[in-house]
Amino acid sequence: MSSTETGPGGQAHGSVQEYVKGLILSIILTVIPFYLVMTGTGSDTFVVIAIVIAAIAQILVQMVFFLHMNGSSGQTWLTASAVYTVFIVLFVIVGSLWIFEHLNHNMLMGH
Amino acid sequence: MVQTDLIKDPHVLTGKLHWGVIPFHDPVVAPVMVAAILGGLLLVAFVTYKKLWGYLWDEWFTSVDHKKIGIMYCIVALVMLVRGFSDAILMRTHQALATSDSFGEGFLPPEHYDQIFTAHGVIMIFFVATPLMVGIMNVIMPLQIGARDVAFPFLNSLSFYLFLVGALLINISLFVGEFAATGWLAYTPLSGIEYSPGVGVDYWIWALQISGIGTTLTAVNFVATILKMRAPGMTMMKMPVFTWTTFCANIIALVIFPILTVAIAQLTLDRYLDFNFFTNDDGGNQMMWVNLIWAWGHPEVYFLVLPAFGMISEVTATFSRKKLFGYVSLVWATIAITILSFLVWLHHFFTMGSGASVNAFFGIMTMIIGIPTGVKLYNWIFTMYKGRVELTASMWWVIAMLVTFTVGGMTGVMLSIPANDFVLHNSMFVPAHFHNVIIGGAVYGYFAGFTYWFPKATGVKLNETLGKWSVALWFFGYFFAWFPLYYTGFDGMTRRLQYIDNPEWQASMYISLIGVALIAAGIAAQVGNIVLSLYKRNDPQYKDVTGDPWDAHTLEWYTTSPPQFYNFGDVPYINDRDPLLDMKQKGTAYKRPEKYERIHMPKNTWAGPVLGMLTLPMGFGFVWHIWWMVLVSVAAIFVCWIKLNFERDKDYYVEVPEVEEIEGKFLKSNEGRSFYFEKNAKFYKKWKPSDQK
Repeated sequence: MSSTETGPGGQAHGSVQEYVKGLILSIILTVIPFYLVMTGTGSDTFVVIAIVIAAIAQILVQMVFFLHMNGSSGQTWLTASAVYTVFIVLFVIVGSLWIFEHLNHNMLMGH
Repeated sequence: MVQTDLIKDPHVLTGKLHWGVIPFHDPVVAPVMVAAILGGLLLVAFVTYKKLWGYLWDEWFTSVDHKKIGIMYCIVALVMLVRGFSDAILMRTHQALATSDSFGEGFLPPEHYDQIFTAHGVIMIFFVATPLMVGIMNVIMPLQIGARDVAFPFLNSLSFYLFLVGALLINISLFVGEFAATGWLAYTPLSGIEYSPGVGVDYWIWALQISGIGTTLTAVNFVATILKMRAPGMTMMKMPVFTWTTFCANIIALVIFPILTVAIAQLTLDRYLDFNFFTNDDGGNQMMWVNLIWAWGHPEVYFLVLPAFGMISEVTATFSRKKLFGYVSLVWATIAITILSFLVWLHHFFTMGSGASVNAFFGIMTMIIGIPTGVKLYNWIFTMYKGRVELTASMWWVIAMLVTFTVGGMTGVMLSIPANDFVLHNSMFVPAHFHNVIIGGAVYGYFAGFTYWFPKATGVKLNETLGKWSVALWFFGYFFAWFPLYYTGFDGMTRRLQYIDNPEWQASMYISLIGVALIAAGIAAQVGNIVLSLYKRNDPQYKDVTGDPWDAHTLEWYTTSPPQFYNFGDVPYINDRDPLLDMKQKGTAYKRPEKYERIHMPKNTWAGPVLGMLTLPMGFGFVWHIWWMVLVSVAAIFVCWIKLNFERDKDYYVEVPEVEEIEGKFLKSNEGRSFYFEKNAKFYKKWKPSDQK
């Protein structure tokens, strides 16, 4: 299938090459955190930060290579829904972190 | 009854099942079980005697027609309403009898009472409110936007069967084993394996997990339908308000139901494989469950109520004989709620201990979300202002909703103040508040929509008198049932009491019981109304000949009642927010189009019922740890899925002569009106049935 074809959302269907690229990048981004955790390389803080960065990078890789999102004008709805999703995910995750930090502080958990 | 050796070491063939799990000796459940089995057998016998199985299979069970799937959703919802309401009757009767020993200690032992309030909550939210709303959306939304069906007709059928399996599992739990005794959201660690070793929570898990996946798929389907299948000319800002609210509600569902799915999956791992997500020790955090379940649960409330707001808007505009006041503000209020609903979830656990700054933020956000909701109330009131309001039964529901919902909203703002919440949390005030908004906001809205669109779905108008009686009975019933409980809650009565030791609350319990009796009469009037109206379907007073019995504004009324399987012979170009009103005013309504085109339609498929129903043995096997049953069902699902994907014969065309014949009849039945609209186009005054002659 050629990459010039577009689906109903304005996105390209992608080529085999693109999927393979996405797959390899995803595997690399999965192996890195696994390696860090299994071998115990670096401090805990470093490992946590590395996992978070690899996770976000992997989400972006999948959006670009598997969902074929690129912000072009034909993709208004895709872009809008992606922005919306990012916001909601931020609300829930940052909100939960904030709630639990205060909760742990007040309830003296983990101390 | 728990047999500990079977729980530790399930049998290979029967898992944890044994004869002791069937409540033969329970004086409350056993008669219900006998009645249910006899009733079921009678129904099967009747269908077999009338040779209806083939008809049901071909025309209903395998149908991918959104209208038929919608009607099936509504039927299941109404059956489950009776089931959930029976639980309510049991609870209110029990509490009235279990107050300070005047009548002994009631008739329900604690473990049974706990299961009843859990089942009541789960059934009313997941298996009554959700399917009633999804059913109405299914029937109406594609018609409102001029689509031939939803975007993924097979997926729609599959969603229905997944939902049905959830409902069946919860009903099976009544007769085989037990249901969760944890409250409707199964708070950990109570719902963990340590404190709930029985199968009750497992029933809860699989009923919600399977039906929840169905809801996610429905959301995907509806969002795609609204974005991609609108009639030509219908821009987003020309969509009817009900379609807008359906759109926003399903966007909410699309984002929140995965949270529920994942949280339940984690609880499943805790219970089945000794994980420690939500346990007390080994690094588990039971508060994370509360956090996740409400990150789903609060937006869920708006998922339920937004479409009700849409229905209220359509009914108000039609029966006020005006266009909706402030369409744009109503749409933006809906969008605002879609986003803000994700920023308030902590108000369900102010007392958990996050402290002042976190509580203050979520308290203020909760008050803010009241604003767009308030905007809508003014939209409806101003729509009625200076309109020619026709007080039909659906308009009665609207007015009941405006009054009741406003009261519920105000008690909600009271609860949103964290300091108040520390006094009121876990008291009867909280159930009184959320029943006030869910009954007063969502349910009354659904009933308004149900009454309004019933003729569109069935071709039969409901009886107005009975309809008004049911509004009046529900309205007063609600206030009788719950205002005493606001008071006792304020006075310190906690929720979910199996025994009440304060004699001062006795009178309140009695008044509340009267309220439940009134609501029961209201439900009886509704069921009677549906039966009576369908029975008199050919009576000219009930039959909807024109397809537009209310002289309405939107596109769903511009076709026969019930609509043809392809919905519209010719989808008109949309120039206005109220397309049908626009056509009537221009005198172009009910004119034969220059030519018809052949119509592309999906074929019925066996895959929805077969694939969907196979999740029933899967869920049942998981609940009772019958692993062979799980494996066989999953394998069967996989095989069916592969087979389905190799099928090519999935669609067909309705050819022009057939369309012409069907549409000819429709236009003929509207000839008089067409002439009327044309003649009066310039001085268009409202069409009344008497003007037609």
